[in-house]
Order: sequence, then C-alpha cells, then structure tokens
Amino acid sequence: MKNLILLFLALLLLPVVSQAAIEEYAFEEEVQEERFKQLTYEMRCPKCLNSNIAGSDAPIAADLRKEVYDQILEGRTDQEILDFMSSRYGDFILYRPRLTAGTLVLWFGPALLLLGGIIIVRRMMLQSQDAATETGLTQKEQEELDKLLDRD
Amino acid sequence: MSDQSPKNNMRLKLFVPVAVFLILSGLFFFGLTRDPNVVPSALVDRPLPEFTQPSLYPEEGVFSKQELLGDILLVNIWGSWCPPCHAEHPFFLEISETENDITMVGISYDYSMEEDRLFLEERGNPFDYNVVDLDGSLRIDLGVTGAPETFLVDQNGMILHRHIGAIDSIIWKDIFVPFLEQIR
Repeated sequence: MKNLILLFLALLLLPVVSQAAIEEYAFEEEVQEERFKQLTYEMRCPKCLNSNIAGSDAPIAADLRKEVYDQILEGRTDQEILDFMSSRYGDFILYRPRLTAGTLVLWFGPALLLLGGIIIVRRMMLQSQDAATETGLTQKEQEELDKLLDRD
Repeated sequence: MSDQSPKNNMRLKLFVPVAVFLILSGLFFFGLTRDPNVVPSALVDRPLPEFTQPSLYPEEGVFSKQELLGDILLVNIWGSWCPPCHAEHPFFLEISETENDITMVGISYDYSMEEDRLFLEERGNPFDYNVVDLDGSLRIDLGVTGAPETFLVDQNGMILHRHIGAIDSIIWKDIFVPFLEQIR
C-alpha cells in the first residue's frame, strides 16, 4: 500500500519533469523575450502537429526554438522569422494563417456561416409568425368565427 | 392547387439533412485516405539548399552541395539513436549495391557522431557521403521534421520527393521507382 502511494506521488511529478526538459533562453531586453514567447507560441511543431514549438519535446522543436532565439538576437523582424520558417516548413507551421487566395475560406468562412445561420433563423422566425397570425380564413369567415367565440 | 407548392417545398427540405449527411460522409471518407501526420514538404520542386558541413569522418574535411551534385542523390537524415533508421538500414545497404547510378548521402544529427560511426562500422555503410549537420542548420533548411527522412534529388539538384519515415522495398517500388523512371 505504502509503495502504491509512493508510486502515485512519483507519477504526480512527471509533468514537472517533462516541462523541465525545455531549455531556457536568456534575453537582454524584455521585448525580445516577449517576441520569442509569441513566435514560438504561434508556430506549429512540424513533428507533433497538434502542439506549438513552445510546448513540444520533439528534437526538431528544440532546434526551431534555438533558431528563433538566434534570429531574434541577430535583429531579424518577426515577419522575417516567419518567412524563414514558412519557406522551409510551408504555411503549415503558421498557427495564424496568412491571408491568401487559398486561406480566404479559413478567414471569412466562419463569418459567412454565421451570417447564413442568422438569415435562416430570421426567415424561420418570420415564417412561424406568419403561420401564427394567418389562420387561412376569409374576412367573412373570420368575422363569423369571432362572433361564435364571442369576440368583437 | 395553390397549397401544393409549399408542401413540395417542405418535402424538399426533408432532404436537406440527408444531403448534409452525404456531403459530410464523402469528406470523412476522403479524410480516411490521408495521413494527418504527414505535412507536404515545402522543399519539393525546389533546389537542394546550399550547405557546407563537416564529414562524419574528420579526416574527410567538409562537404558542400556543389561536391554532391551531378548524380541522382538519395539524401537520408538519420541518427543511430532513431529506431526506424535501424529498420531501414538493411534496405539502404541493399540499394547501395543494386542502384549504381544513385549517390547515397547520409546526414547525421550532430548529437550522435560517435555512435553513428560505430553503427556504420558494425552494420555496414550504405552512404557514399556521410555528412554531419553540425550546427543544425541543414535539417532546418531541409524542413526536416525528424529522423528518418529521405529526399530524392535529381541530377540538377532539384528535390523531387521527400519521404517521412523508414523506407522498405514496397515504399521504394511504389513511390521512389516512378520518380526514378522519369529522370533516368
């Protein structure tokens, strides 16, 4: 039992260990560190596609973090670094896709779907309103009905 | 007759879910045939990047792109630490014997040089050139995602194909041979 508890406690430490594997980079200016965080956060790890290079343990992610670090120190702009990466790894590496003919659907598709949805819902609401007011009786029939129902 | 058309309209609307279902099924079925872990290489149809990197064997000095060009190149990124690289190694030994017009280039990750030399000594060396990516720049310039990866380069230095993962005789026959037939 005691062993089991110990094992459980040891398992709790695992995430800490794996995070510790990611190296630390020192920057002279805080702006540079912010840019490093932002850039590595926005780049997809080419090995493990569902994580960014900031949070990946893949060897190539470590290589790319070092590359970003080196390029920031060399004074390259964010745009230059992203161009460098996408010319080697394709647009797949950019978590924030660029606005090109191929990504138009990606950028505006959701808004169009929302707009379409609003239009459909509006039409359905109007239709059900019409159905509620229109009983399909002529004016004479309606008057008769009102009389029968004792309405004026 | 006048109330016939709205009814028809309603009937048509009943088919909307079916249509949506069929379209989605088609998309999903198409998705089944694709490997979500393989990203197309940005390097295909582009020239092999320039590089100057040392040989795995210090006495051989450094290699650059120009020295390799001229023949068909099979460029393999590998490391002795990588299990799939072990798996494809016997096949590389085989094609190094049979495919005499192909120059085989091994690019080692920088962190396994000692072990890589030992590995080639013990199990045979299929490569005509053994390059070490000493500063890590070559693998980034090649858009490598990990080891093993293999690039097929034509006589003019253009990259024809990039393969992720180990290569065996079936992958060779299905994927590489058609490319080779085009350029031979």
